[in-house]
Amino acid sequence: MNLRRIAAIVLRQYYLMRTSPTRLVPLFAWAAIDIVLWGFIARYLNGVTEGGPNFTFTLLGAVLLWDFFTRVMHGITTAFLEDVWSRNLLNVFATPLRVSEYVTGLVVTSIATSMIGLAVMLALATGVFGLSFFAYGAAAVPFVLVLFLFGIALGIFASALVLRLGPASEWLVWPIPALLSPFAAVFYPVAVLPAWMQWFAHLLPPSYVFEGMRAIVAGQAFSWSSLAWGFGLAIVQIAVAQYVFVRVFRATVKSGLLARYSAESVA
Amino acid sequence: MARGHPGRRTVAAFCAISAPSEKPGEDGVFTQRHGCVRRARRALFERSAAVRISPCRAPRGRSEKSVSATTRSTAPAEAVLSVRDLSKRYAATAAVDRVSFEVRRNEIVGLLGPNGAGKTTTLNMIMGVLEPSAGSIAIEGIDLAHDRARALARTNFAAVYAPLPGNLTVLQNLTWFGLLYDVRDVRARVDALLDRFDLRRFVDTKCGVLSSGEQTRVSLAKAMLNEPTLLLLDEPTASLDPATAQDLRGTIRRCAEQGSGGILWTSHNMYEVEDVCDRVLFLSHGRILLEGDPRTLPREHGVDSLEALFIQLAREPLHHVETVR
Repeated sequence: MNLRRIAAIVLRQYYLMRTSPTRLVPLFAWAAIDIVLWGFIARYLNGVTEGGPNFTFTLLGAVLLWDFFTRVMHGITTAFLEDVWSRNLLNVFATPLRVSEYVTGLVVTSIATSMIGLAVMLALATGVFGLSFFAYGAAAVPFVLVLFLFGIALGIFASALVLRLGPASEWLVWPIPALLSPFAAVFYPVAVLPAWMQWFAHLLPPSYVFEGMRAIVAGQAFSWSSLAWGFGLAIVQIAVAQYVFVRVFRATVKSGLLARYSAESVA
Repeated sequence: MARGHPGRRTVAAFCAISAPSEKPGEDGVFTQRHGCVRRARRALFERSAAVRISPCRAPRGRSEKSVSATTRSTAPAEAVLSVRDLSKRYAATAAVDRVSFEVRRNEIVGLLGPNGAGKTTTLNMIMGVLEPSAGSIAIEGIDLAHDRARALARTNFAAVYAPLPGNLTVLQNLTWFGLLYDVRDVRARVDALLDRFDLRRFVDTKCGVLSSGEQTRVSLAKAMLNEPTLLLLDEPTASLDPATAQDLRGTIRRCAEQGSGGILWTSHNMYEVEDVCDRVLFLSHGRILLEGDPRTLPREHGVDSLEALFIQLAREPLHHVETVR
């Protein structure tokens, strides 16, 4: 891998964001709105169910983590879509750039943008609604890491989807997190799901994260091995997503779709 | 440049006297099969030219200095692009059909043909964004299919249908593309290109708001970032006014003369082709029908101009072309 070519992909995104408030604001605006909305809902529920569960953790904490995952995924797809929107794929892939370098550049970009979103969400949730996320210290890192890895996997896969189906298919990408959320057991235990949904939930690394977080907040026993399973699953899914992206790229080069990409053709 | 350029007269005279083989073969077509004969004749021609120190191989508008530099070579120039039996098929349709040709150092080769002839498909395959159905492409001897990154590091392109991102400034675009091409000391290189292509005053202007001519200059500056040994230009002067197009041709010519690479150039402007190209390939229905010097080909085929020859070939139905071949 050539680090300078990876840096080029990141630099391009930096150039875009540096001068564009319309790109900067969405990095944290929607997540911030979610935190405010769910923060007040949690505050209300805590008021009406005194002595009950702490909704600040179970609701607001879950929203924060889910939004973080969404930011990571959208960070990759948005960076990829910048090349689609500016009809730049031909220019990019006629260079010596390797697909792995391109994808790595997208991932690095997403790390930077998702960290901005996470910082704003943590500041709001902690400062305004008293979510003491930092109280868990280093113990929270593995949970965040698994979500981060799954966000990367899904971002790469969604980019491959757009590359394969054409520019108009971007509308398929945005709702993917919402589509997965019922299965990921963000707000409720996996056990409440019907059997077929549980089967699917076990394939989603976030389900292990939210199950674990709920157990810790409730002071119950938590199996770190299940989180490790979620971690392993996320790593495998990144490898699969990368494989899919490379295969799709080769298919578009073979079919001529990449060369005519701006024509919005769909095979 | 006027038609009476001394170099041009020498070319015409030499060809008339000592190049009987410049006529079409029995099949009426100059194809790769005649390439070795032509190269041998050219080497002989260049040797005699070197002795006379005459700018004989010069296309119109080339400087004597650069021409003498090219013509003093006693051996045929090394191929920077070698295309062998290249084909691209879409289901039953052959967009490009067993095309073979070379581009040598300091040579500008024109790829001509009507719309849909397969020019852009050929360029796309050389650029590595379209996989051939058959055949091979080697850039400076590096097989594109087997070592894509190394081969593409030696090439670059500019095409009217592939503008640089309009939401970045000229400086930003040149800088990040410089990194993509792994250019050492990107700042210095970009700085030099800003001057060469007269882009200094647009350095902080977003490419999307530049005029067509200015955008083309930026695309060409990008295409020169890595000092490519193979430069691919797909209708670089399309949509430009004649004066701007002439200026750009001059700039590209200077680049070709000063560098050590070759250029593959597509255009529908026959005046431009005659002015710029050392050699042309006529492509129709995905096949090369003719190859030769753009200044002598028309006469050899009994027409007045390259444009007339182009029209004649473009209107030729495929079955007739097959018969002629």
